[in-house]
Amino acid sequence: MIAALIFLVSVATLLQFFVSYSRSVIVASRRHELSEEACEICGFTAQTVAGDKFGRLLQLISLCPEPGVDSLEVRAVALYFRLLDAARLMLGVGIPSAATWIESERSGCAYAAAVVLDRRIAYSRSMLEHQAGR
Amino acid sequence: MASLGPVDYALLFAGFGVHLFCLACLVKKGSVRRYFTLVLYLCSSIAAGVGRCLILNTAGFNSNNYFYFYFYSDALLIICLYFILMSLYSFVFEEMDVSNQVRAGAMFLLAGTAGISYYMITKSADRLVTRFVIELAQNMYFVGVVLTYLLWGAMVKLRENRTRVMQLVLSMGVYVSLFATSFALGNLHQMPSIARYYYPLMDMWLPASWIYTFLHVPEDARMATARVVAPTQ
Repeated sequence: MIAALIFLVSVATLLQFFVSYSRSVIVASRRHELSEEACEICGFTAQTVAGDKFGRLLQLISLCPEPGVDSLEVRAVALYFRLLDAARLMLGVGIPSAATWIESERSGCAYAAAVVLDRRIAYSRSMLEHQAGR
Repeated sequence: MASLGPVDYALLFAGFGVHLFCLACLVKKGSVRRYFTLVLYLCSSIAAGVGRCLILNTAGFNSNNYFYFYFYSDALLIICLYFILMSLYSFVFEEMDVSNQVRAGAMFLLAGTAGISYYMITKSADRLVTRFVIELAQNMYFVGVVLTYLLWGAMVKLRENRTRVMQLVLSMGVYVSLFATSFALGNLHQMPSIARYYYPLMDMWLPASWIYTFLHVPEDARMATARVVAPTQ
């Protein structure tokens, strides 16, 4: 009985903490301005990134060498994006205002992914410059 | 004696790597003094990992020695997590000068949790007293969930805006909730054998999230709590 109660409460808090953590990562990434190069590669403006681009951004991220510190960020945001997709399926039709909010959140996830991609492009470039300088 | 497979070893070394890298980040960023409890937790976790490795090699995965060492070392690590929570409480309430009360409250809660867990087990005649370690871990993680939730509630109420503190509290919330859920599920049902891969992965969450926070979020970064809590258009 006590274990069941602990399980239910912990699942609820886990969901709440995870959503808040993912949102804090997304909000923090909003401070980063995307470089022209990243915008050109991905085909979007520096201010907005459509949520539908998220999958493509993840593919591009996986192609770039990893500096070794942002894989958790990518995974957390990708999981949050999947949660949003599930919420869109369940709530989107019944509650139109939720659909608008979910879309803005998906766009935030895509922006966070674009920031990671931007960072990885810069890292690859610095590695190439370093090798050329030798 | 159950032997370890390549996946077990890979997870073991990945865990060590993440903990050591996180420790290096804290040292490099000059945050050892301010975030001393995080360093204490990382060092304790690495020491517990080394101890578990030694026992795995000598006694095996299914041995009683490993079982007891795992859960008792885990209980010690949870106490270190309580120290981190206390330091986070003192960061949030530093302007109110209530750190002594916070410390006393946390110690009281810790002793109370251990006492209640022991009482519950000894009163259950149909259960082995050795289950105390599992029940204790479940209850201690759950108290951690409650304490983190209260802290997060206070931060929202006080409009705490330090991004680093927010991320440390939220990642701690994810970690303790994840473990409380797993232990409660383990108490309700027999865990499948694949769970042995799941726990080391969960163990990496906390140091990995700290690496992100210390490398990408400056100490002076600010963020409105409302933007994290409430939906924004």
